Amino acid sequence: MVLEVDRAVVAYDGRPVLDGVSLRVDPAEVVAILGANGSGKSTLVKSALGLVPLAKGEVRLFGTPLRRFRSWHRLGYVPQRVGAGSGVPATVGEVVAEGRLARRGFLRFPSGADKRAVEEALTAVGLADRAREPVSVLSGGQQQRVLIARALAGAPELLVLDEPTAGVDAASQEAFAACLHHFVEQGGTVVFVAHELGPLRPLITRAVVVHHGEIIHDGAPPEPAGHHAEPGHDHVHPHASVEAPGLLGSA
Amino acid sequence: MSIFQYDFMIRALVGALITGASAPAIGIYLVQRRLSLIGDGLGHVALTGVGFGLLLHQSPVLMAVVAAALGAVVIELVRERGKTSGDVALAMLFYGGISGGVILVNLSDEQSNRSLVTYLFGSPLTTSRQDLTVMLILGCAVLAVAVLLRPWLFAVCHDEEYARVSGLPVRALNLILAVTTAVTVTVAMRAVGLLLVSALMVVPVATAQQLTRGFRVTMLVAVLIGLTVSGGGIWISTVADTGPGATVVLLAIAGFFTATVGVSTWRAVRRRAGPRPSTPERTTPEVVLDRVDHGY
Repeated sequence: MVLEVDRAVVAYDGRPVLDGVSLRVDPAEVVAILGANGSGKSTLVKSALGLVPLAKGEVRLFGTPLRRFRSWHRLGYVPQRVGAGSGVPATVGEVVAEGRLARRGFLRFPSGADKRAVEEALTAVGLADRAREPVSVLSGGQQQRVLIARALAGAPELLVLDEPTAGVDAASQEAFAACLHHFVEQGGTVVFVAHELGPLRPLITRAVVVHHGEIIHDGAPPEPAGHHAEPGHDHVHPHASVEAPGLLGSA
Repeated sequence: MSIFQYDFMIRALVGALITGASAPAIGIYLVQRRLSLIGDGLGHVALTGVGFGLLLHQSPVLMAVVAAALGAVVIELVRERGKTSGDVALAMLFYGGISGGVILVNLSDEQSNRSLVTYLFGSPLTTSRQDLTVMLILGCAVLAVAVLLRPWLFAVCHDEEYARVSGLPVRALNLILAVTTAVTVTVAMRAVGLLLVSALMVVPVATAQQLTRGFRVTMLVAVLIGLTVSGGGIWISTVADTGPGATVVLLAIAGFFTATVGVSTWRAVRRRAGPRPSTPERTTPEVVLDRVDHGY
C-alpha cells in the first residue's frame, strides 16, 4: 500500500480537527478528498506527510512508519498556492529544480538527468518556454502549474496535491488534468484535496468526503448534480450529492 | 588614488570589500524569508560578546562570533516554535544584548566611549593585519556556505513545508543559516559597525532584485553592488572625511533609489512605446471556476 493513515487525531489548541480518521490508499488509485472549508481535509493530507503532528494514531508511507520514512523521492507534494512568492525573484526553472533535491545528493552539482527532468516536467505542464521567466509574472494558474512541475520533476510514485484547482483559470485546469492523466497512465498514485472536481472528475477512482474531522463517505465519486457538472457555473450552494444533507442542516 | 599608498588604507579597503561581498550573499536568504532585520538584532547581541572579550582580554571578534552564534540559535528555535510571544522574546534578547555589551565595555580596561563607538559604527582604518586575517577566513566561510548550499538554502527559505516533504534536513539548514548570519555580523563589525551591519545584508539585495529575474542572478548582482558600495564608500569617506560605515550605508541607499527611479523610468518609457506583442498570455483574464466558499 502507498499511504495509510490509522486512527489519526489532530488538534489545534485543544480543538479537534481530525477525530480518529483512517484512510488507506493503494497503488494506482486516484483519490479525491472532498469537503467544505474547515472540514479538516487539508489537515488530513498534511498530517499524512508529517507536516502536522498527530496527537494520536499513526501514518505509514509505502509501508514504513512516518518517523522512519526516508524515501522522500517517492513522493511529490503540491502545496496550496500562496501569493506571488517572496520579494526575491526566482525563475520558473529555479523553483522546479527544487523538485530534484530529494534525489540529488547533498552538495552535488545538478546532473544531466536533473536538468532533463526539470525540462520534461515543464513540458508536461505546458510551460517549457517560460523556464527563465520570474515566477511572479505568471498568472495564478500558471504558478500552480509550476508547483506541479516541481513535484513531477522528482519522478515520484505518489503525488499529493492540496487544492490544485482552486482559483485556477480554465486553460490551466485543462493542462493540469491532462498531465495528471499522463501520470496515472504510467502507474502513478494520486491523492488530492479539492473543493469540487471540475475537469478532474473522469480521472478519479475514489472519493473521500471529510466533514467536521470525520470521513462521512469513502467510495464511488459523487455524481454531479444538474448544472453543477458544467464548467464555469457560479458555485453558491453545497454539494447536495456529496455531503449528507442531514449533517448540514445549519448550512 | 594616492590615498591607497598607505598600508592601513589598503587594509581598510580589503576589509570593506570582504564585508561587501559576504553580507549580501547571506542577506539574500534573510530577505527571502522576510527576516531582513534579524542581522540588526544579532549585531546587538554580538556587542555583549565584544564586552566579554574586552573584559576578559580575549579577542573581541571571536567572543562576538560566539555570542552572536548563540543568539542566532536561540532566535531560530523561537522562530521554529512560531509562538506569537516570540516577538517579545526577541526584543528581550536584542536589547539585553546591547545593554549587556555597554555595561561590559564600561567595566573593561578600555572603558572609553571611543572603543564602544568603534564597534557600533565601525572603524575600518584601524583594521590590523591580524583583524584582516580573521575577516578573510570568516568571510570566505560565509561565502562558501551562501554559494555552495544555495539550492538547499533557497529551497528551505522559499517553501519550508515543501523542503520538509523533500526530506531535506530543514532544521540543520536553518541553524547553518542562523549561525552563518551571526558570523557575517562579526565580519562586518570592523567595516560598518554592529548597528549598520543589517544595511549591507539587505540594501544591496533590495537594489538587485529590482533589476533581476532569478535568484542566482540576484545574488550575483547583490554581491557586485555590495563590493561597489563598500569600496566606493571607503574611498569617499577618506576623501570627504566622513564616517566610513555610515558613508558605505548611505551610498548603498543612494544606489537603491537610483535603481528604483531608473527602473520605473524605463518601464514608463516602454509603456509609452506600446504594449509588447510577445506576451499576450499575461493579460488573459482568469476564468475562476471555483471561487465561492461555503462559509461554514
